[in-house]
Formats: sequence, structure tokens, C-alpha cells
Amino acid sequence: MIRSLPNARTYTWSFNLFILCYFTFLFAPLAVTCILAFNDSNFPSLPWYGFSLDWFTSPGPERVGIFHDEQNLRSIWTSFQTAFWVALFSTVVGTCTALLFEQEEFPMKNGLYFLMLAPLVIPGVILGISLLLAANSAGTFFEDRFGIDIGLFRPSFWLVVFGQFSFITTFVALVVSARLRKFDRTLEDAAMILGATRLEAIGLITLRYLRPAIIGAAAVAFLMSFENFNTTLFLVGSEPTLPINLYLQVRDGSTPVINAISLLLITGTSCLALCNLYFSKKED
Amino acid sequence: MANDLSVRELVRTFGDFTAVDDVTFDVPQGSFFSILGPSGCGKTTLLRMVAGFDEPTSGTIAIRGTDMCGVPPNKRPVNLVFQHLALFPMMNVAENIAFGLKRRGMQSAEISRKTQAILERVDLPGYGDKRINQLSGGQKQRVAIARCLVMEPSVLLLDEPLGALDLKLREQMKVELKKLQAKVGTTFIYITHDQSEALVMSDRIAVMNNGRFEQVGPPRELYSDPHTPFVARFVGENNAWSGTVEEVDTHVRIRTEEGLLFRARSHDAYPAGTRVDLFLRPEALRIEPEGKSLNTFKVTVKTILFDGANSRLLTVTPKNHELLVSLPQNRQFDYIQPGDIITLDWHPDSGLCFEA
Amino acid sequence: MKSGYRLTLWLFLAPVLLWLFLLIVIPHLDLLLMSFRGESGVGNPVWTLQNYKNFFTEPIYWRTFVRTALYAVITTLCTFVLALPVSFYIAKLARPRTRGFLTVLLLLPFWVSELVRVYGWMILLRESGVFNYVLLKMGIIHQPVEMLYNDVTMIMGLVYTSMLFMVVPLISVMESLDDSLIEAAYDLEASKFAILRTIIIPHCKPGITSGAIVVFMLALGNYLTPNLMGGKNSLWFTEQIYNQFIASFNWNQGAAFGFLLLVLSSLIIWTGLKVTRQRLGEVAS
Repeated sequence: MIRSLPNARTYTWSFNLFILCYFTFLFAPLAVTCILAFNDSNFPSLPWYGFSLDWFTSPGPERVGIFHDEQNLRSIWTSFQTAFWVALFSTVVGTCTALLFEQEEFPMKNGLYFLMLAPLVIPGVILGISLLLAANSAGTFFEDRFGIDIGLFRPSFWLVVFGQFSFITTFVALVVSARLRKFDRTLEDAAMILGATRLEAIGLITLRYLRPAIIGAAAVAFLMSFENFNTTLFLVGSEPTLPINLYLQVRDGSTPVINAISLLLITGTSCLALCNLYFSKKED
Repeated sequence: MANDLSVRELVRTFGDFTAVDDVTFDVPQGSFFSILGPSGCGKTTLLRMVAGFDEPTSGTIAIRGTDMCGVPPNKRPVNLVFQHLALFPMMNVAENIAFGLKRRGMQSAEISRKTQAILERVDLPGYGDKRINQLSGGQKQRVAIARCLVMEPSVLLLDEPLGALDLKLREQMKVELKKLQAKVGTTFIYITHDQSEALVMSDRIAVMNNGRFEQVGPPRELYSDPHTPFVARFVGENNAWSGTVEEVDTHVRIRTEEGLLFRARSHDAYPAGTRVDLFLRPEALRIEPEGKSLNTFKVTVKTILFDGANSRLLTVTPKNHELLVSLPQNRQFDYIQPGDIITLDWHPDSGLCFEA
Repeated sequence: MKSGYRLTLWLFLAPVLLWLFLLIVIPHLDLLLMSFRGESGVGNPVWTLQNYKNFFTEPIYWRTFVRTALYAVITTLCTFVLALPVSFYIAKLARPRTRGFLTVLLLLPFWVSELVRVYGWMILLRESGVFNYVLLKMGIIHQPVEMLYNDVTMIMGLVYTSMLFMVVPLISVMESLDDSLIEAAYDLEASKFAILRTIIIPHCKPGITSGAIVVFMLALGNYLTPNLMGGKNSLWFTEQIYNQFIASFNWNQGAAFGFLLLVLSSLIIWTGLKVTRQRLGEVAS
């Protein structure tokens, strides 16, 4: 049954086989996507016509490789910018949230905590539409009342940032809270009795202790933002993020340039994820 | 001699619960003062108020004559050695010690000079670059104390810092702390629930119970002349025996529940018929005395609790009341076996009774 | 000292309040309000229940709604059935060294965008896809078969997408299960199935609940997978919302749909928590 108990050979082998199948199931689509990025063909499918880097480097006009594909490159850059701001905002606010709920006492704390968890259980699509509606209402209000047109309230780059920030912050808060719960509060008291103010104590001791968790959470926030689709779909303006842009291309028929982008994405995110994992292991 | 700390009529309540109840005391400059009490007696609350982490409900705390009301912990001339030391794990030893000096905006050359000096003082020269988790328990202890002493506080507070150490090291650190305090001359206020720590190290001890000070005095006085039954029970070992006052002359005559008649001492004059508790230290009981007095009686040895220099006999009276008796160290009673019936006797001045 | 504490409290509280009220509370209140708005015959905005009436009178709307909920439940069940042995293997059967490696391997695909994963399945399964090519070459089929665009594939896609959120909580609860309990049960001559039923599953309940809640919610709110892998007539409710917003530009109707979906997901999560007697806070951490 478990490792310490005697197991029948068939039991062990069938279990091993099952796990092998499972991991094949897990990796087959990714592996096929990556391999077909190098196929010297105009369609992302078999047969194999030979190895080619066309879908990465070809300048066109027949085949436009990813490094020359203006539209996709622009969407990658948009995604980078979005993810950067989302990671920044959600890390700052998420850390504040963790410190607030772990260290401070105030009335209605439980109610607010519940509200803080709500983005976890609100489907992303609904977050997107409700933010779109609210932004639109606010925009109309400002235009009717003051006669000013605020671009922020129309689907745009910053609306996407705020939409993603609204739920990613909860994840950051949970990650940082988990680490903060292991923090010995007397370290803060010790800093204060040695002459530090409360803010100095938090900055010099608590945040320094939380640093690995904060960096990890920022990386997760960056990734979550980079690949978010559901919320972004409703808030995106004239600058589509990469997932939106890819979606439009996949829906309307595809070329292996999508495979090339996918390959870059897979390598990039894997590296980031592995780094994150490595550093969090090291800290423990 | 000037007082480093003066506490007057200090009260701290949490809702209906009074954690610290009308406490008044002075700690003279350069002394080692302990507050001894069981957990939950309010000693930690008292300490947190002195440190500035908590505000008193009423009463005053003055350090070197300055009222500390409303002064935050980082502005008070006191430092605290925490129960679990609270050394900053992300910094090395030198950085830990320099932390407070840096907050004062001291020059870095001055900081490193002071850090070196204090490390030498606590016998850890050259340990500045070590990480906290490379230190042994006793070394951590000394770093924690050095981190506070380098701030040159008027008063150093210590919150049971030996609690986490193992027994052997604890014994060793008791002596070391006492020597260190004598060397640096800073006023130490030491909180503990361990009466042996308090007795060994302190110049004066306050015994605290249910938020109040039961008795304040030098260790010897607390041991030999407890003023309340709580102190008698809590400080050192004591046999308790309940009985009734029969008559009062120079001593009190007490009839125990099983009919034995004794003469003992008391602080107050109790009228005949008062129910009292009689306290007898194990070493006050003499085994097989020569001659006979009113306080002579017979007991059965139940078992021998051998513990080196601290060996005792567990004995029972005919009515099954247990009494601990110290075994003298000259081996003259090595012949005693469990089941033996022996005669005990004690001097009327060494038994103390309190109204029950 | 008191004022110092107040200062830090406000320093932390202010951004949190701004975030929660501006980006969560107000938008959802607006969603609720908008769902009760509509236009009168002459085009003036009025309060109305029409948007909800439409939902109940048009079979396509509420059928899609029920279908979506049902399929989300099926997805959750399938994910659980698949995740249980996997997490058991990793937590209890794998060698300690391989355990860490397998866990990392398990996590990796989920760091990649959902879109890339769905795209991978598309080029595997479609009519001109890799599977068809291989099967044709091997002579098993003679005509390409369209494996995409049906309900089974869509559910498989949903299971694949949300797998991680079931496996990770299951592994962590299983690791907390003391091996000696299983050994004791084995020693007392319990069968494998009995051990699974009486020891492992009861112990894993908190992990199962949190996993099931997240998977259910993700499946319910998913747009990409049903849209790209589901068939033309296997509409998902999020697609209805999208259509109302983007295609028909009927935001009030869309808001009503959105609110209904929100109510459904909250209701099922709430029931799940009540049945297993857990609190959201515990499940989240």
C-alpha cells in the first residue's frame, strides 16, 4: 500500500505505469507544441518536413518569424508592462494586507478578512465585467457632472492592470501571511526596545524576514498577470496583452509562429518558476 | 543610595481581570532584583509596562526619577532580554549588537569599537562575524545580554531568559549572570518562576501572586521567614500540616488533625480555636534526636528519595500524612530502610504557622 | 506609543480599504444595479426585472446555465478521481528524492499560460492534428476523425486545466497523514479499499474540499477551454456573458447573467463549506 509495507509486484508496476501515463498526458500538448515550432511547414501539424528556425527568425514576407512579428512583439511588450505594474502594486498592497491581518487589531476585522478572500471565489470573467461596468459608470458620471473625459475609465492598459491587481493581491497576501505567521513577534519588540520606531522595526526586521516570501509572491504575481485571460478579456483596450492576442490568432486559424511564441513562453515561465522554487527551497 | 526604578501603586486591568494589583516597589541602583511568581501571576504584564509595551491603568513608573508615562519603549532608558532572546536571525552577532547604536545615529567607527568592547566583556571576543544559528545556547544568551548592555541602559530587564536552556547549562548560566551583573554594575530586574534562579542570583526578591507582591526581601529572609503561606509554599520546599490553635504563650500550641501536639512560631497572635497551616522545612526535621521535647513524634519511612546532596526520606505519620525529611550528608542514617519507624523532632522556632 | 500604533494601522488599512472597496465592492454593487436596469419602450433607462425574466423564459439561457453547472461538477469529480492516485503516489509511494522532482514536474505545466496548453491540445486533437496523423499512418483509421469540438474533449480540457488545484492540496494533506496509521490498519488486516475509504479519504477531507472548490470555480468561470475546445452547440455560460457584452452590447442583460453566475458559484462553495464544516479562511490557507 505504502512504501514501508510489502507490495505486490503488479500493484507497484501498474501504479508506476499509471503515473507514467499521467505525466505523458500532462506534457504531451506542451512537448508537441514546442517540437512543431521547428517544423519546416506552413501549418503546425505533421508530417515533419525537416528542422527550421523560420518561425523564429524569418523576416518575411512569406513566413514571418516571431522576432520580426511586430504585432506579437508589441503584445509581448504590453504583457511585460502590465505584469510589471501588477506585480509591483499587488506586492505592495498584498504585503500591507498580510501585515494588517496578522499584526493589527481593529473592529470588523473578520468581515474585512472575508472580503479580502472574496476575489478567490469570484470567477475572473465576473471580476472583469463588474470592473468594466463600474469604470463605465464612473466615466459617464464624470463626463455628465464635470464634463471631463477620463481615459482610465475606458477599456485600456491601466484598467487591465487594476483588474488583474484586484484578485492577484489576494494571492500575494496569502503567500506573505503564511510566512508572517512563522515570524516571532518579539523580534519587533526587541527592535523597538533597542531604540527603533515601529516603522523602523517593520522595515528593518519584519520586511527583511519576509523578503523571500515577498520576492516569491512578486514572481507569482508577475506570472499570473502575464498569462491572465479571463479578466483581461473584458478590460482590454487598443493594446492587447499576449494571451488575448494569441487567442484571436488561435480562433481564426493558426500558424507555427504561435508555436514559436509558446516555446518562448514555456521556457521563460519554467525558468522563472524554477528560480522561484530554488530560492524558496534555499530559504527553508 | 538612589533608586533606578520606582513603581508606585501600579494597576493594570484587562476588562474584569486585574493582572497587576496595586504594586509598589523600589530598585536601588546597581542591584539584582528578581520578581518571582508562578505563571499567570502578572509578572510579565508588570515587566511589559516597565519596558513600555503596555500602559498602566493607574499608578506611576519612574526610571532614575523621570516619570515614564507615555514614553514609548524605544525612548526608555531600559532594555529587555526576551524569554526566547529575540536575536535577529538575519543578522550576524556584530550587526545584532550594533542595531540599537545605529538607531541612535552613532558613527560607525564608534559602533564597531563599542561592539568589540562589549563582546570582550561577555567573553565572546572575535565572535562578531558569526551567524546567530552558529552559536550555542549559552553564547546566544550572552549575545542577547551584550546587545542590551551596549546601550548602557539604566535598567536591564530579563524575562526568564534561562527558561529555554537545559538543566546543566542553566545552573552554569545562573552563576555567570550573577558574576556579569557584579562586573558591569547595571541594575538587573529579573523575572522568573524558578525559585532557585531567584534565590541564587538576587540581592532582593519580590514574590508575586495574583497580581500582588506577597513579600519583598533578600533571599535569606524569604526562605527563613516567609510572611505569607504562599511564600512559605512557593519559596523552597515545605511540609504543610493543618491543625488548630490550642493555646498561645511564647509559642503557639497546635493540635494537628491526627491529634499530635506541637509548639511553633507565628507572626500574628491567633486566638485559641483558629484553624492554621503549619509549615515545616524538610531540613528542620531532626532524625532520631537525643532527648525528648514536645515536638517529638514517630513516623514510618515509606521510601528513600536518593538525590545526592539533596537526598530525602518520604515518611508518613500513622494517619498517612506525608512528610519529607532531609537526610544529613554524614551518612549516619544509611541504615534506614523503607518500613522502618523513626523518631523526628524539630525546634519550635523552625515551624511557622499561618491562619488557614 | 498609542499614536504610533494607530499610524501603522492606517498605513496598512488605507491601501487595503481602497483596493477592496474601489475594485471589489463597488464594481459588484454596480453589477447588481445594472442587472436591474433596462430601457423602456421609448428608450429611456428604467428599473426592471426584464433581464432576469429573459433568463427564465429563453430556454437557451437557462439550459446553458444548468449545463455549465453540471459540467463543472462533472469536471470536479473527474479531477478528483484522477488526482487522488497521483497525489497518493507522490506523497506515499515515491522515494523521497523522486518526490521533490515529481512535484516540480507536476507544477511546471501550470506555470504556462492556459492558452498555450489549450493550443497544444488543439494541434494534437484536431482533424489535421498529430493524433489523426499517427493513427492514419498506423492504419488504425482510414479517415481523419475530428476529435475536437465535443463535450468529452471539452471536459478533458477542463480537467487538464484545473488539475493542479486539486493535486497540490491533496499532496499536502496526504503528506501530513502519518504512515503509521496506514501501517496499523494494514496490521489489523484491512483491505486496500478499506484503508482508502476509512483512513485516507477522511484524513484528506480538508484538502479535497479546498481542491474541489477551486476546481469547480475555475471550471465554472472558464472561458478559453469551452470556447476553443467545445463544439458549436456546447455553449458555456461565460460565453453567453461575453456575447451579451461584446457582441450584442446588451450590458444590462450581461450584468444579470454575471450576477446569476456569481450567485451560483457562491452558493455551491457555501454549500460545500457547510457540508464539510470548514471555513473559507481555513481552506484558503
